[in-house]
Amino acid sequence: MEKTLILPSNDWSDIFPGDKVNLTGKLYVGRDQVHRILTEELKKGTLPPFSFEGNAIYYMGPSPAREGCAIGSAGPTTSRRMDPFSPYLLSKGLKIMVGKGPRGEEVVKAIKDFGGLYLQAFGGCGALYSSRILSSRIVAYPFLGPEALLELEVKDFPTVCIIDSRGDVYSPRDLMRDTISS
Amino acid sequence: MKAEDIIVDALIAASRTLGEETEKLLREKGREEEGNGKVVMDAILSNLDYARSLSIPLCQDTGMLWCWIEVGTEARFDMAKLDKMLDRSAKKAFRKGLFRTSVVSDVMGERKNTGNNMPIIKNYSLTDGSDIVLHFLLKGFGSENCSGVRMLNPTAGREGVVEAVLDVMAKAGAKPCPPVFLGVGVGGTMDKAALISKEAFFIRRKESSLEKEIRERINAQGSGPGGLGGRNTCMRVYLKEECTHIAGLPVAVTVNCWAERKTEVVLKGGYDGEDADSAQ
Repeated sequence: MEKTLILPSNDWSDIFPGDKVNLTGKLYVGRDQVHRILTEELKKGTLPPFSFEGNAIYYMGPSPAREGCAIGSAGPTTSRRMDPFSPYLLSKGLKIMVGKGPRGEEVVKAIKDFGGLYLQAFGGCGALYSSRILSSRIVAYPFLGPEALLELEVKDFPTVCIIDSRGDVYSPRDLMRDTISS
Repeated sequence: MKAEDIIVDALIAASRTLGEETEKLLREKGREEEGNGKVVMDAILSNLDYARSLSIPLCQDTGMLWCWIEVGTEARFDMAKLDKMLDRSAKKAFRKGLFRTSVVSDVMGERKNTGNNMPIIKNYSLTDGSDIVLHFLLKGFGSENCSGVRMLNPTAGREGVVEAVLDVMAKAGAKPCPPVFLGVGVGGTMDKAALISKEAFFIRRKESSLEKEIRERINAQGSGPGGLGGRNTCMRVYLKEECTHIAGLPVAVTVNCWAERKTEVVLKGGYDGEDADSAQ
């Protein structure tokens, strides 16, 4: 099924594993160091630099923008490295995640517990994603350079749902079932 | 053209377009018929067009630059000058080509971005002839993190090697942006196996029966493009072999994503600081 998710959003219960999901709207960007810092700050009681409510985080660090362009190449990075931080951030309300590759069991469980969503963007397709990003601005941690926290405006940003709000996972098991049935 | 300019152009081109053979392999052999594997493969092929038309890198991870410098025994050669010229060329390419700065220092602590993608990785070796051949990989780290070495028993044989590669790929799953290209180094010491697993990407010969077997057995698992199911998880295996010790059988696997960004520059007659007739 092909679906559109307008961000921010408070309802993604109609999205299931394997669905093609096009994102339009606001998308926040943070990868390894942003996850480490956000976690440290939240544990100290500091408010996050953007509201988690209904917003999505995209695991990405762009290449520099050509003059007159919103952003450079901007594809996903490996999600697994955010696993140590994601359950805590989910518990604090950051429920929609966009990256690439599989997640650990603890993340699947946290997504189920908090009704989150994990979408996979297409790895290595940085130029394609660049064409779907209308604007980009630094929200926090500019000292991180290409790893800074950004806010993007995106349109028709293609992803596939890997883990839905019920904690159901698009997995090799599903793949094998597809093979058997076809 | 000056050697420096040729290297700058080659590196920028490698960040935006794949080599002819790699692109052909993806477009022809990489086709998927159905499902999300096809969705991913279609995105990959359209990404090739976007990078070309937007003149930006294929992937935001423009990698850590890995160089293998083969120096002909008859070539003019000033190592210090060549080394400096390579650094200069790389810096210029990174800036001009809008590469992401992806290299950090103080790797266990502050992880401070060096701001210019330096240092680059260089490996020198000797070869026959009067030229210097420069081989470059723009090595992305989503895939590099999935690479690995296995020190097998000397009696493990060909099947042991195949299983070691399958094991590396089983642990990699969808993380390295499949369909992948694999460099496999067999023999030597632990570090030599790792080194030749990268040199292997520059092998110029047809796929061997062992390379074919590894590729087919990986693809039989059905993980597919992006790990979302399909015929192609691995597009090509390049295997390079070296002598080893009676007690061991090292196997190293360099995992490269579908964006197999590699390029070569030949410095005709060598390099000693004076620019000769360079040709790519």
